[in-house]
Amino acid sequence: MSVVEAVDLRRTYRTTTGTVRRKALDVEAVRGVTFGIEEGELFGLLGPNGAGKTTTIKMLITLLIPTSGEARVLGYDVVRDAREVRSRIGYVFGGDRGLYERLSALDNLRYFAELYGVEARGQRKRIEYVLDLVGLLGREKERVEGFSRGMRQRLHIARGLLHDPPVVFLDEPTIGVDPVGARDLRATIASLTEAGKTVLLTTHYMFEADALCDRIAVIANGELVAQGTPGDLKAAVADRTVVEIEAFGVADEAIEGLRAIDGVSSVSVEARDQMQVLAVQSAAGVELTQALMARLNGARVGRVTVREPTLEDAYIALVTE
Amino acid sequence: MTNQSTALTPRRVARVIARCWAIQLKSLTRSGFFLLVTVLQPIIFASIAFFMFRAGGQAPTLLYAALGAGLMGIWSATLFGSGGIIQWERWQGTLELLVAAPAPFVLVLFPATLATSSMGVYSIAATLAWGRLFFDIPLELAHPLLFAVAIPVTVLGLGLLGLVLASTFILYRNANALANLLEYPVWLATGLLVPLSLLPDWVGPIAYALAPTWGIRAIRESALGGDPLFAIGMTAVLGLSYLIIAAFSIRHFERQARERAALSLA
Repeated sequence: MSVVEAVDLRRTYRTTTGTVRRKALDVEAVRGVTFGIEEGELFGLLGPNGAGKTTTIKMLITLLIPTSGEARVLGYDVVRDAREVRSRIGYVFGGDRGLYERLSALDNLRYFAELYGVEARGQRKRIEYVLDLVGLLGREKERVEGFSRGMRQRLHIARGLLHDPPVVFLDEPTIGVDPVGARDLRATIASLTEAGKTVLLTTHYMFEADALCDRIAVIANGELVAQGTPGDLKAAVADRTVVEIEAFGVADEAIEGLRAIDGVSSVSVEARDQMQVLAVQSAAGVELTQALMARLNGARVGRVTVREPTLEDAYIALVTE
Repeated sequence: MTNQSTALTPRRVARVIARCWAIQLKSLTRSGFFLLVTVLQPIIFASIAFFMFRAGGQAPTLLYAALGAGLMGIWSATLFGSGGIIQWERWQGTLELLVAAPAPFVLVLFPATLATSSMGVYSIAATLAWGRLFFDIPLELAHPLLFAVAIPVTVLGLGLLGLVLASTFILYRNANALANLLEYPVWLATGLLVPLSLLPDWVGPIAYALAPTWGIRAIRESALGGDPLFAIGMTAVLGLSYLIIAAFSIRHFERQARERAALSLA
């Protein structure tokens, strides 16, 4: 039996438009998602914004009731046995919110320790342990309002681990954290599975998923489009080549023009300060550089490199094609 | 797993309430806005009430007015606090974490609303001190012991009424706008400003279902003379009924909020 199981999970949101003539509109955020996470596994759920990652997590942690389908955590149904599930999971999300700003880190942890039933005897030691684990020991008496984004995120993780849950859900835990802070957080996340915990992680950062996850599921438009180890996903695009072009001032029409070239599988654009980095995927062995340059006529082009596809390329291929 | 006990023994319930009340109170006392309302408002109410009663040539009833003004402050703090608490938690992003905790949500919310009405105790103290210093109102209590009982029972009764109100705010995001509308009618309908006998008969049944009516009677009768025990008992009984209503409504609204995705702002 999997520790976390989702079977044909669906969630529809009802929104309304208009003020006088209100119209109800059903938006399908998650459309029949099925996956399982085994004990001690670090499972990544990847997808673009609005793909349904957070909705899926919120159904698994009992905050949203699925429109249909079933989900179980450690064998407990997330709707019927919500309390059983809640006492066995930790939930950590990224960002500035989710903490009592005017209270100290210690008071924040004391408060949640009570709500999670951490026994009075041993509570102080447990709080000390989680503070030490996330590197906040010695700063616990400071008010959270003075904490940096990275410190807040570490406090979030400490809060999520207070009751030593066997299953931990991490929803974009490194978002907005500086590179050094994010590296420390990744080390902490990696240590969770070493301690035997089962982890579900959502992230936008492919290198993070590649480095941490045992298996990955890619979600796009509310549906799982691929599932497997990072190696499996990369293998799916192994027969491709990526041409990476650094350029300035490429218009949207020119990018559409690149997509129309025969043999091009996908084109993604990443903005780095003033520069645009175009990653053009095609079948291996197809020589496209000349054709690409011709279509970029008028834009300033910098370095052009041809490389092997990465997990990020596999991801882009999955969510865009 | 670490030592975790989510079974609801009376000891655990008492501990969760006490610890969470203390932490919520600490958080409230660090809110400049809330403190300003709690500190200044009762003094303004008290001054208005003293001038009104003095102008009406009713100097002997100034303590009666002072106690009413004090309770007006408790009601304002409760209403403002319980109306705002769910919204603050939602804005802070902590509402989802509180709902996701294994403790029943009523047990999470009760200490929070109780903390806001506890802040109102200050309003009684401030009103009486203000009256003593600037209006020469003698502070002689007929039944000091019963007065000391009436105050916490009234705070508890009002806190539990706040809990019933707060439960509706779990689902209806903008319902706390309603809180502002409820301030003046409750002052009037529960006899905090003017005696109930001056109000139309139909106000009676509403007044008797509201804890502040009995709370102020308990406080006034223990301060000015009379038999406050019945009023203290009624405040406690009403408080208990509010708790039962709130326990059901919180469960219902929490489930509805999980169905309608109303817990977060996103």
